Parts: sequence; structure tokens; C-alpha cells
Amino acid sequence: MMESLAISLVNAVPVLSGVPLWTITLLIMVMVAAVVLTFALTYSGLATYVERKVAGDIQARVGPNRVGPVGILQFLADGIKLLLKEDIIPAKADRFLFVLAPYLVFVGSFAAFVVVPFGVGLIASDLNIGIYYVMAITSLVVVGVMLAGWSSNNKWALLGGMRAAAQIVSYEIPVGMALLPAVLIAGSLSLQDIVRSQGGLFGIFGWNLFHNPFTFLSFFLYYVAALAETNRTPFDIPEAESELVSGYHVEYSGIRFAFFFLAEYGDMFVVSALATACFLGGWHVPFLDAEALPALWGNLFSLGVFLGKTLSLVVLMMWIRWTLPRLRVDQLMRVAWKYLVPLTFFNLLGVSLWLLLFHGKGIPQMIASLFG
Amino acid sequence: MTGPADVIFYVLAALTVGSAIFVATLPNIIYAAVALLFTFCGVAGLYVLVSADFLAATQVLVYVGGILVLIMFAVFLSNRISSVKLSNPVHFRLPAAAICLTLFGVLAYTAISPAFVLKQEITYQPTTARIGELLMTRYLLPFEVASVLLLAALIGAALLSRPDRPDIPRPDMEEPK
Repeated sequence: MMESLAISLVNAVPVLSGVPLWTITLLIMVMVAAVVLTFALTYSGLATYVERKVAGDIQARVGPNRVGPVGILQFLADGIKLLLKEDIIPAKADRFLFVLAPYLVFVGSFAAFVVVPFGVGLIASDLNIGIYYVMAITSLVVVGVMLAGWSSNNKWALLGGMRAAAQIVSYEIPVGMALLPAVLIAGSLSLQDIVRSQGGLFGIFGWNLFHNPFTFLSFFLYYVAALAETNRTPFDIPEAESELVSGYHVEYSGIRFAFFFLAEYGDMFVVSALATACFLGGWHVPFLDAEALPALWGNLFSLGVFLGKTLSLVVLMMWIRWTLPRLRVDQLMRVAWKYLVPLTFFNLLGVSLWLLLFHGKGIPQMIASLFG
Repeated sequence: MTGPADVIFYVLAALTVGSAIFVATLPNIIYAAVALLFTFCGVAGLYVLVSADFLAATQVLVYVGGILVLIMFAVFLSNRISSVKLSNPVHFRLPAAAICLTLFGVLAYTAISPAFVLKQEITYQPTTARIGELLMTRYLLPFEVASVLLLAALIGAALLSRPDRPDIPRPDMEEPK
């Protein structure tokens, strides 16, 4: 895709024809990556502000309100503070791994943004293996978290790191299994294809959420399992302030801590974006086909729709965080292995059988065919 | 042919081989595990370079997300968790060298033998659908045998981790009464 973009750029601007094609392709890649990363970081910063506002509302207080109008610039102040803070590395820590760990977490979390289908044509790289890529690249986070816990040379950090790794590895299974129904229906691993498979005349009922009873359940299973994979309350055992002080990043400060913090919000976005793309129709809205609009407006419109749906799910995560108490560590493992894993497997079988028996038709399509 | 692809190939090859040497020689097992991470990433990069996207993602998912995490868990759960002298002792140098040299010879011979036909024009196409089709048709038996093996290993692990002596309370995940 990047290369075809480069070719069309060379055709449009003849001066560039002397430059080798691969340098132009590379430049476009770097630019796209920069745009995606800028978006991701801005979002993460704003999300920390929204989180604090939501927390304030739920606990009947005001929340940040000093920096800028209604405190909206608080995240910039926090960012500058974290940048300027002294970078403390504990004397007994393993320096090399201590420095390396935040990068692994950051890269694993933000590399997933590459395949998020923001709009009709707005996707950094429409990989043929989209969903699978997300599952693979986020496993870097586990390694980073474990290294952070070990290299800090701190009991709490080590326990937190091990808990986090065990939790992410356990919940990866239900997460993958809960996403598979959407893959089965679309017949493709590419996120853009999965979104396209949910368009059509049925509006909201064309979404995978309403395809059949199993996909309906699948969405909720995915959301719960993915919430656990982001290590947030009610599944924030790795951080558990009351028992572990702060988990694997307890020894980190300044910008290195910010890496972990931003990665958590990046994870939340990726999880919500996958839920949106796989079950909530991605950038589709009823009665308006973004692909039929002129390119610019179609892209802007679909971007707005996609962000609207995804950010609602992100806010829902915050709402859950400030409403529910935390699970105990054994309860957490029980939820994963005794309930979520069997349920998601059952669901996967159900969806496969449904597609086999009804030739891939969903309930809305079957009802529509009743009336001709 | 020299171009950016060749440069990338040599960078990835250097990353893979260089970090593999570190895996074999570093005395600290955690450092060896981290070096292994870079080896796996290098191999995944080589897969991407030959347009085997599915294989590359599987490499990262299985080896980084599975094997490497397992190794690190094993180290963390051992009782010498806080000692820095976790060692990776070196034994059997000569037999190992002999085996490696033989293997290298066989691989090198295969690589330079004219068995491979170099195609000039290659059209890259999606691999996932074809792999899935082959797994469900031609390679169904090996696929099923592998899954039975994995299931047996899973049951074995569950059995081993549960002490059946009556004096030890079962580490059950149930709610305490």
C-alpha cells in the first residue's frame, strides 16, 4: 500500500523521479508511523485527564480543574512534570534490564495501533493477518512487565510482575477465542475486512453483535477478558495498591514511569478498538455509507464514528474501574480458567455450528428473507 | 542484486546470530533470556522479509509470548530468585562443537547445492488461507497428532502440579469456607 502511494506521488511530482522509490516509500512509512504515534500519545494524555474527571464525578468531587479551562491542560502539566523529574534507578537494580523494560512495554502496546482501522482508508497498514498481529505483538508487553519486576530488585515489584505476566498469559486465551467468531463471519483476519463484512442495509443489525446469540455473548466475554488483559480494576491484581504498593513499576519514576502509564492507556484504546471493529461495526453507522461519500468526507466521517464508538468503550472501562472492587488473585485465575475459557470455547463451537447450519446467515438476514 | 532489502537482511541476520551467541555464552540466565528475545525477533524479521507474515506473527506469539515467558517464570519461581549468581554452566563443549559443526555442514551443503531454484519474479500473496486449507486437508493427521500430544502434556502438567498426599491440603482455587 505504501509503495503504491509512493508510485502515485512520483507520478504526481515528476521532480521526485530521480530519487529511488524505496527512500520515498520509507519516508512515507516514517511519516505514517509518526502520525499514528502522535495520535496515540495525545489520546493517552487526554485519557489520563478523562480518567481523573470520571473518578471525580463518581466519587462526588471535582477532579482536576486548575490548569486551563475545566482543567483540560492538566495532562500537559503532568507530562512536563514527568519529563523534568529526576530519573531514579535504584542502586541494587539491574541497570540494563531496568532501562530496557519500559521500552518493551511501550513498543508492544503502541505497535498494535498500526492495524487499527480508524476509517474507510485510514489504517496505517491493512495487514492480512491484522488481529493475529495484535495478539502477537502485545506479547512483548508480558516480557517487558516481567523484566521490570525482576530488574527492580524489589519484592513487591517482582510479585507484581509475576502476577501481571500470569494474568496476561491466562487471559490471552479467552481474548483470542472471543475474537474468533468475528474472524469466522468475515472469513478474514484483516481488521478492515472484518469491518466491511458488517456493513449493508441492516444498519445496526448488520453488526456482528447481533449476528447470532453466540456473537452477542462473545462481545461481552471479549470485553471482560480484554479488561483483565489491560490489568485494570476489577482485575488490577498486579498493581493492587493495598497489598503490593504499586506492582511492577513501583521503582520507576519520571519518564520511565510515564512509559508504563501511557502503555496502559494505549492498551485500553487497542482493546476497545478491536471490540468496536469486531463486534460494533467499526466505522459503520446506520443509513449512511461512508464509502459512498467523497474520499475526504468519507474518511473524516468514518474516523469520527470509529473514535466515538471506541472512546465510549474506553470511558466504560473507567466507569467500571471506579465502580467495582478488586478481585482476589485466586478468584482472578478462577474466572479465567473455569469460566471464561470454557465459555469462549463453547461460543466458538456455537458460532461455527451456526455458520454451518444457516450458511453464514445471521438472524437479521434470516428475518429479512422471511419478508422477501 | 543489492538494494535496501539486502541491507535489511544482513542487519537482521547479524541481530539473530549475534544475540544467539550471547544466549549461548552469557553466564546470567536472565540476560540469556533477554538475548533470546532478540534472536526470536530477528528470526521473525527474516520471515517478514520473505513475506511469510503468518509465520512471523506465530514466531513472536509462540516463542516470545510462550516459550520465553515460560523460561522467565521458571527462573523467577526458583528459590535462588534474588541471587545474582544464577549461572548457566558450560558442559560438554567438545561433543556440542562436533554436533554443531556437522549440522552446519549439512545445512551449508544444502544451501549452496543447486536444489533451490531461484525465481526472479515472485508475486507475494496472502498465506493464511492456504496454510489453513493445507492443515485441514493434506496435513490433517500431523495436525491432530500434535494437538493430542499437547493435550497429553497439558493433562500431565495439571496432574503433576496437584499433590495427592492427604496430609497436604489441596491448593484449590475454590472459595475458602
